[in-house]
Amino acid sequence: MNKKERNLQKSSGMSLIVKTITRLTVGLILLYGIYIVLHGHISPGGGFAGGVIIALSFIHLMLAFGKEEALRRFSKEYMAFFEGLGASLFLAIAVLGFFAGYFFLDFFVNKGTPFKLFSAGIIPLSNVAIGIKVSSGLFAIFVFLVLLRIIGRDKE
Amino acid sequence: MNHLLPLFVVLPLLGAFLNSLFVRKKAKVSDFISLVITFSLLIISVISLFLVNKYGVLIYKVGGWFPPFGISLVLDGLSSLLLFTVSLISFFISLYSINYMEKYTSKERFYTLFLLMLAGMNGVVITGDLFNLFVFLELASVASYALVAFGVEKEELEASFKYAIMSSVASLFVLMGIGLIYSYTSTLNMADIAKVLGGSLNKVVVFSGVLFFMGFGLKAAIIPFHAWLPDAHPSAPAPISAALSGLLIKSLGVYSLVRVIYNVLGLKILFSPVCMFLGGSSIMIGVLLAIGQWDIKRLLAYHSISQVGYIMLGLGLGTPLGILGGLFHLFNHSIFKTLLFLNSGAIEYSAGTRNLLKMRGLSLRDSMPLTSLTTLIASMSISGIPPFNGFFSKLIIIFACIKGGFWGYAFWAVIGSILTLSSFMKVYRYSFSTQTQGTSSVREIPLFMKFATASLSLLCVLSSLLFLSGFSNFFLGTAKKVLVDAKNYSTINSILER
Amino acid sequence: MRVYFLCFLLFAVGLYCILRKRNLIKIIIGTIICEYAVNLFLILIAYRMEGRAPIYSSGQNIENMVDPLPQALVLTSIVIGLAVTALLVALAIRIYDKYKTFDITKINQLKG
Repeated sequence: MNKKERNLQKSSGMSLIVKTITRLTVGLILLYGIYIVLHGHISPGGGFAGGVIIALSFIHLMLAFGKEEALRRFSKEYMAFFEGLGASLFLAIAVLGFFAGYFFLDFFVNKGTPFKLFSAGIIPLSNVAIGIKVSSGLFAIFVFLVLLRIIGRDKE
Repeated sequence: MNHLLPLFVVLPLLGAFLNSLFVRKKAKVSDFISLVITFSLLIISVISLFLVNKYGVLIYKVGGWFPPFGISLVLDGLSSLLLFTVSLISFFISLYSINYMEKYTSKERFYTLFLLMLAGMNGVVITGDLFNLFVFLELASVASYALVAFGVEKEELEASFKYAIMSSVASLFVLMGIGLIYSYTSTLNMADIAKVLGGSLNKVVVFSGVLFFMGFGLKAAIIPFHAWLPDAHPSAPAPISAALSGLLIKSLGVYSLVRVIYNVLGLKILFSPVCMFLGGSSIMIGVLLAIGQWDIKRLLAYHSISQVGYIMLGLGLGTPLGILGGLFHLFNHSIFKTLLFLNSGAIEYSAGTRNLLKMRGLSLRDSMPLTSLTTLIASMSISGIPPFNGFFSKLIIIFACIKGGFWGYAFWAVIGSILTLSSFMKVYRYSFSTQTQGTSSVREIPLFMKFATASLSLLCVLSSLLFLSGFSNFFLGTAKKVLVDAKNYSTINSILER
Repeated sequence: MRVYFLCFLLFAVGLYCILRKRNLIKIIIGTIICEYAVNLFLILIAYRMEGRAPIYSSGQNIENMVDPLPQALVLTSIVIGLAVTALLVALAIRIYDKYKTFDITKINQLKG
């Protein structure tokens, strides 16, 4: 308790009420974003919208706690890695259909019955890939645009 | 054999993503990746030239969906000509930038952006769907905004901002045109739109044609829409200036304009006087503005406007000879304009200046013999001196004008060529004059840059052989046929029913 | 017909903003307004009379739906607009770093 109170007082960011509510809700926002990504073929949403919401949960963390805390959870190397991973995953899904004898971007996973979660071929897989890429990309854009002034001239 | 077609888009994208993932380990990996990918693209594009001559048109259904329901990739003569040009020039550019980009920090991000731009250009040329064209157009454009601002100096940022704003407004005009065409025909496949429209000159079709002309015309830097080019092309690093001037304005601008207006909308007869008039004025205004420049890259950028004017004049004539001349000049201009920009980059790499007045006392001809020889070859090509390729393509365009009875345009084309010659005589005199004022500390350029510029100047000589009818039928004949019988584009989807 | 005319009017407002304003950030906002106008135009093209949202759930019979294809086009266009806006804002921050002003009449190094 003592260490936690000291932590709360010394870090930058917003006030105590904002920090408490953030700690309660940021996990729920992340979960909601993942739900929208995974159900992209059943209800509206999909990769891009879900990816934006996942990025928003990290931005919420950064706004409430200050940049060091958020960057500790999701540092710059992880951002670059996830962005490349999302893009390569999408390209791998597309090319695998190509090499398996079907066409490029064809459905090679069993189509399943409509309106269930495990149906509609490769659409959920590509939604996941796009969700990863968009979330890490959007968070990276936000971090670099905000931190550009503070870090100085040796930025890209 | 159809399965080669997506590789044109997949390979550069793969290279770009691998580059951004694995490059933390070593810096040489990115050079190697980009060289391997551009070389394999060159080989596949040569194979595609042979395929088009054998089969005519190749269509690839992405995802297995038949074309009105899905996106299709179409390879016909015009696409294969542009794909060959893009692959050839980008191979030499990536060879050149192994040494040149050492002077900039973060060379890996340069290769990522360059491969993304290459993927966008290939995608624009090979797609058969109108909205897919827009997506790849935007991919290539956004990558080029970032590449123009690559070394973050003052002028480069300002030039990139101006270029970005003007070019994104042009893309919005294109998107509005696509929306109008979709609302009229309710399909987005290019061949299907041509079939539904059937050559009718409705008011909606003409208005969307004007919107497309404005949008693609800005990307091609034709004369009312040229204001971004003299700022953007000099500010980029030299291999990117070569890529922008030699590839981007042709594949995003001229190719898209000609494909949409001639093949998809069928408005060839209506737009041909407009293309010819704007092409003719581009020739004159580009050259007149170029003579007074003292910055060598700005001078070359103004000459790009003028040479694209020649291409538009040739393509706008509509007769088979004119279209042959326009397409031949498109291929030639890529080669010699790239060579000129790479040479100006070589001068900047060794002597550190871009100003013609400052180059005068550096006695560059003794210390950089290969660069001076290749600059001489490229200057003679662009001015239209006989054994080099510029002469033959300009000759065909001027003959086509005279045969069509357009004596005024032919006269202005000849005057433009003479003024081009005079301005390049000025360039050669100031940069490579032999006024030796003591020893200079200027050394010759390193190995990869030498190889790239020497091969391009060899190509300048070799491609004048395309004037002979055997080669020109193989190389340009299928491309010419696509544009001359422009209405036949609507029937290509019937290949899939066999 | 009036709706499409208002769309073009919105585009013209954005274009006026790009052409006449002197601050870099206002020019970027003008570009964003132009993008919104074109996206709105694409969605308006898709409307059919008495149509409902084009979502197909289980256990419902198919009635009139609006056209779903331009909605996919607009989704792509919004993503592209986001990328262009992010790049323009990053460029504007860098320009402020070098030139110390956002006024475009003072950012005129490239002439001739």
